Amino acid sequence: MEERRSISDIYGGRLALQRRSYSPSCREFCLGCPRLSLRSLTAATCAVWLVAYGLFALCQNSMVLSTAIFITLLGLLGYLHFVKIDQETLLIIGSLGIQMTSSYASGKESTTFIEMGKVKDVVINEAIYMQKVIYYLCILLKDPVEPQRVSQVVPVFQSAKPRLDCLIEVYRSCQEILAHQAVTSTSP
Amino acid sequence: MWLLSGGAAVTGHGQLGAPRSRRLQPERSAPGSRIPIMVLKVFFPSCCCSADSGLLIGRWIPEQNSAVILAVVHFPFIPFQVKQYLSEVQKVSQVEIVVLGTWCNNKQEKEESLGKFLDDLGTIFSHEPWLQLSKEKGSKFWTCHTLSRQAGTPQEDQIILIYYDQRKAMLSQLHPPEMSLDNQPGVIPAPDASKLAAVFDTVARSEVLFLTDRYDDGPLKLSHWQSEGVEASIIVELAKQASVPVCMLLTLLLSLVSGLCRSRIFKFWPLSFIWSKLSTCEQVGYRLEHLKFVFSNQKAENQNQLMRKANIFVSLLLDVALGIMLLSWLYRKNRIGQLADALIPVADHVAQELQDLLQWLMGVPAGLKMNRALDQVLGRFFLYHIHLWISYIHLLSPFIEMILWYVGLSACLGLTVVLSILSDIIALLTFHIYCFYVYGARLYCLKIYGLSSLWRLFRGKKWNVLRQRVDSCSYDLDQLFIGTLLFTILLFLLPTTALYYLVFTLLRLLVVIVQGLIHFLVDLIDSLPLYSIGLRLCRSYRLAAGVKFRVLEQEAGRPLRLLMQINPLSYGSVVQTYRLPTYSCYPKDSWGSLCKKLFFGELIYPWKQKGDKQD
Repeated sequence: MEERRSISDIYGGRLALQRRSYSPSCREFCLGCPRLSLRSLTAATCAVWLVAYGLFALCQNSMVLSTAIFITLLGLLGYLHFVKIDQETLLIIGSLGIQMTSSYASGKESTTFIEMGKVKDVVINEAIYMQKVIYYLCILLKDPVEPQRVSQVVPVFQSAKPRLDCLIEVYRSCQEILAHQAVTSTSP
Repeated sequence: MWLLSGGAAVTGHGQLGAPRSRRLQPERSAPGSRIPIMVLKVFFPSCCCSADSGLLIGRWIPEQNSAVILAVVHFPFIPFQVKQYLSEVQKVSQVEIVVLGTWCNNKQEKEESLGKFLDDLGTIFSHEPWLQLSKEKGSKFWTCHTLSRQAGTPQEDQIILIYYDQRKAMLSQLHPPEMSLDNQPGVIPAPDASKLAAVFDTVARSEVLFLTDRYDDGPLKLSHWQSEGVEASIIVELAKQASVPVCMLLTLLLSLVSGLCRSRIFKFWPLSFIWSKLSTCEQVGYRLEHLKFVFSNQKAENQNQLMRKANIFVSLLLDVALGIMLLSWLYRKNRIGQLADALIPVADHVAQELQDLLQWLMGVPAGLKMNRALDQVLGRFFLYHIHLWISYIHLLSPFIEMILWYVGLSACLGLTVVLSILSDIIALLTFHIYCFYVYGARLYCLKIYGLSSLWRLFRGKKWNVLRQRVDSCSYDLDQLFIGTLLFTILLFLLPTTALYYLVFTLLRLLVVIVQGLIHFLVDLIDSLPLYSIGLRLCRSYRLAAGVKFRVLEQEAGRPLRLLMQINPLSYGSVVQTYRLPTYSCYPKDSWGSLCKKLFFGELIYPWKQKGDKQD
């Protein structure tokens, strides 16, 4: 029912893939991104403080130091609340829809639910990202006017960026549920 | 970021990606090879989880194969009365409410007779399929069966139980608002577009069902969500009663005021011109329209209009509250007098600074050597202008305090009116800067156009006005001589004018930026949908962007249990959806066209009012 595995992302970092299957038509994939590393946090704080002390030595104004404290605190809060994504979840419920949740490090969760009627297909796409070509999973949405056309492409696992092997696994189970859905919707 | 992130432009890539991915696809089972399993969705209100045993009533949506349960009817009941009640509810709410099945809450030991009885009920209230939900004592997991009479064989359906909060589902409004086509006869319903919206719509429209009280001694005992009772209902009722005459009175007053404003005295040329230029008049007119809209007797037709009314009302309230705060601050400790005393020295100081600037320009500014004669003429002209301006200000100075005192009273109309007045006062006090700018720009424009047409003369061309193009033309010697002479004169005089133009344009831009900031503040107060933002903050389920599901604990062999929650709209889209339109529209110039205009010496205006074409 539940299995945990360690996989790697496109940079070779470790990612934790958690796969839960509640019922034949309901599956959940949880990708845990790497935690905020102490090293990068220390480096960023030190950089801000070095700059602040440099300015302080130049202009002898203690306002600079208090500003540095505020910048560090607000920057950290903003980073944890708006940028750093801790976990990305893809929940597929047959005949109901696909739900994508990303939980930020501060506990904030942003959820998007796409109804099954809007989903045209789930595919793996290629994209040029920086200097390399990467694969990503995306959901194709139906155009409400012309059902044959794709109106939007919604990328999944945007911040974790897992490798192709993980994507294929997620893709297979998505297609299983979608195929199941197609069978039941055409049969009556 | 992703190069191919979600968006409409990626359509081509999506199609490009699709065939590639086909090779990864698992073998889809052929339609006949598997026994088709229907997935049945049961939307169950979470407030009915502890209800006594009874009948489940709700709506069956065949397009999605789902049942929306609205209430539980308790034992004992007479089947005829249930049917009659349902038909009554159906007439009022326009929702097809039927008996969907039975609900069995086993609080004591399992009673064999009840199970049999519940089975028999299915024959009285025929519904296809007949649901049987039952909950055992002390267990979180429910069992759910469906019976279908026609097929004979009990079909093994897969069932998903979805709990929803009835109150939130009823009050929430899905964004973007979609028209559900489910209840239109003859039209093939669009189950895809409005799938979950149909559920919300069903719950919202069967509001009449929720009005019956738990303690009501009616023929039926129902269990569903009900409000805890309206607090201070007498006050609310009194306010409702009082609001109608108050609204009528205010509407009458407002129509009187607007009729006065529209009277013929204000239509004559100089006055109408002044009205169109003063931002105060625009703002007051805008507020008048708002007041008329809020206090109009017509009922708001839909949710959007209601929200708009509420937003305007809250924005008006905030505006007036801020204005009154400012008023109480201004009129304490003779602050008006201090302000008036400070205003004249400031104006003097600005004029003095301008005089110094002109003196500097008349000398050798920044080491540039100007045409001395033209420089002197221009400088003296501008100095005389400043002199005139200062004498006007001093003529006005005894009255300034009085004017400010009366103008300050307008703060009770709202902060935005005061800010507009401030913007107008700034415009009036810096009128000399505006004049300088216009003179400088006109001179500069003249020279630029003269130079460009003479440059065409050199190349043996001319501008054909009729055909709107440059034609070739053979000039006489005299014409060429005069043209060359003029060109030389204009070219050598250009730097002097250009310098004056540059300096005064910079000054003008400074004033425009200050006025722009004030207008931005006014627009912010005018257009911010404060009521919607407050609603999002305190009752986040009211404005829903969609739904989200949470998977609850599972047990093998039992139906899948999901909790449906409401996904609130993000603040950005709240502001975007409910933003109130403002009267001032900013010019659509890009930075490039602005620079071009500045270079050619065309007059720039910071904003243009609607329907203002004479500039």
